[in-house]
Amino acid sequence: MQKVLIIGEHDGKILNPATAKCVTCARGIADAEISIALLGADTSSVAAQAAAIAGVKAVLRVDRPENEHPLAAVFAPQIAALAADYTHVFGPSTSFGKDLMPRVAALLGAPQVSDLMAVESAHRFKRPIYAGNAIVTVEADPSRKLIATVRVASFEAAPAGGSAAIESKSTNAALPSHTRYVGAKSGSTDRPDLQTASRVVSGGRALGSAENFKLLYAFADKIGAAVGASRAAVDAGYAPNEMQVGQTGKIISPEIYIAIGISGAIQHLTGIKDARTIVAINKDGEAPIFEVADVGLVGDLFQIVPELERLISA
Amino acid sequence: MQKIMVGIKRVVDYNVRVRVKPDGSGVMLDGVKMSVNPFDEIALEEALRIKERGTNVEVIAVSIGVADTQQQLRTALAMGADRAILVQTDAPIEPLTAAQTFLALAKKENPDLFFLGKQAIDDDANQTGQMLAAIWERPQATYASKVEITGAKAAVTREVDAGLETIEVDLPAVITVDLRLNEPRYVKLPDIMKAKKKPLDVTTLEALGISAGRLLTTVKTEPPAQRQKGVMVKDVAELVDVLKKKGLI
Repeated sequence: MQKVLIIGEHDGKILNPATAKCVTCARGIADAEISIALLGADTSSVAAQAAAIAGVKAVLRVDRPENEHPLAAVFAPQIAALAADYTHVFGPSTSFGKDLMPRVAALLGAPQVSDLMAVESAHRFKRPIYAGNAIVTVEADPSRKLIATVRVASFEAAPAGGSAAIESKSTNAALPSHTRYVGAKSGSTDRPDLQTASRVVSGGRALGSAENFKLLYAFADKIGAAVGASRAAVDAGYAPNEMQVGQTGKIISPEIYIAIGISGAIQHLTGIKDARTIVAINKDGEAPIFEVADVGLVGDLFQIVPELERLISA
Repeated sequence: MQKIMVGIKRVVDYNVRVRVKPDGSGVMLDGVKMSVNPFDEIALEEALRIKERGTNVEVIAVSIGVADTQQQLRTALAMGADRAILVQTDAPIEPLTAAQTFLALAKKENPDLFFLGKQAIDDDANQTGQMLAAIWERPQATYASKVEITGAKAAVTREVDAGLETIEVDLPAVITVDLRLNEPRYVKLPDIMKAKKKPLDVTTLEALGISAGRLLTTVKTEPPAQRQKGVMVKDVAELVDVLKKKGLI
């Protein structure tokens, strides 16, 4: 039987929805028994959320003060110890999982499938390479553990309705003190989270300034959307790094993605091709974004966006 | 701070649109322009800036790959690395093997810092730096957008999904770099000439005691699913109409 351990991502209060997407991915493995491990200073409330995900058998809480911040060097030895009872260890392909999981894999001498996008069998998976220009099917040796980061845009969140057993676990893993958390700075916002929002409005270099991005914020707030940006816009300082969508930023799958003044470099398209509907607004009718857009409109964004906002709310 | 190692990978150039072979056995690489992985260029640039701020810091560019990888290491030398090491092999190298190979080199050289790009733009694995840190039993600071060295410590600001996070690590440490850490310098002709005289040692996996095992086998390569080309609308009213019909607004 296959036993999958999913490393839950959370901030101590809210379980990241990426975790439920990892569960859906793991459910693609026939007869898989699925557990979720939560490391933190106090995981009581997130454990309850994890236990409610359908298809999860057990939730393992590893609470200790050193786990307050998700430092890969501190988490990895504990996860490697927990992994003894499992055939697979999955984490989300978020900055948390991408940082952590290879460290776990190396401690176990196990291979990692990065950005797992489809499960063919317990040891056969699909993943993208070359910024999504090619998809490879890879096969792992069944005699070894397999580590993966799950490309969350490829899976729907598993529904609620589960009632997994919650148990406290401790490991005797030695934790290093060579890595210390100092602090975080996030552009706190009341808008929906970019990675899980069903609607995303995204801006490119054509916005021209950080000031002009306010046009997008206003429109996004009107329709309850998250706001993203192209790499060009982030590099130019119009938007903070956490808003970047694409190969090296966030890979998202909203119901609707409205690309405004984004030309559509291949690295950007990688981040949005799982969007249900892509709307492109650009003054250049030849822009590559129109090759993938479901609906395209050529014109001046500074006229179109305010008009769009007005007509939608009309 | 005395010694910095930088991992350099030879990859298909950033501007090449990679295509899948019709028989599904891989991607077409014949005659394609090869370059230094762009993230590794940023890693090297950061090492060079630390060198230029300090005294007597040696920067060593290291790579694993085919004989022609010497070209990319010459580029690294032209940028300003002091010397280079190529672990020459024709075998495909998985991230764990790359990490083991870099560890073998790190044990010989004892660097204070090991810089790598956060990912290579060919296999997009995003694993080697973290794996090296794990088996070296040293700190990792991934996705760095700012690096400050003070004595035997580094404060690293990391690009994470929520914004920016700062951690402090003891040296030696592995740092993997993100796009906005710096802008790599352009190589000038005199530097290319000078780089020809800099030492570039070639060794092998066997000499380092590494066997290039395969933990994952690629059984098929296929092009991604294409999106259907959609409709063009003439004005905002029609756009709103289409979106309403689709039930999206």
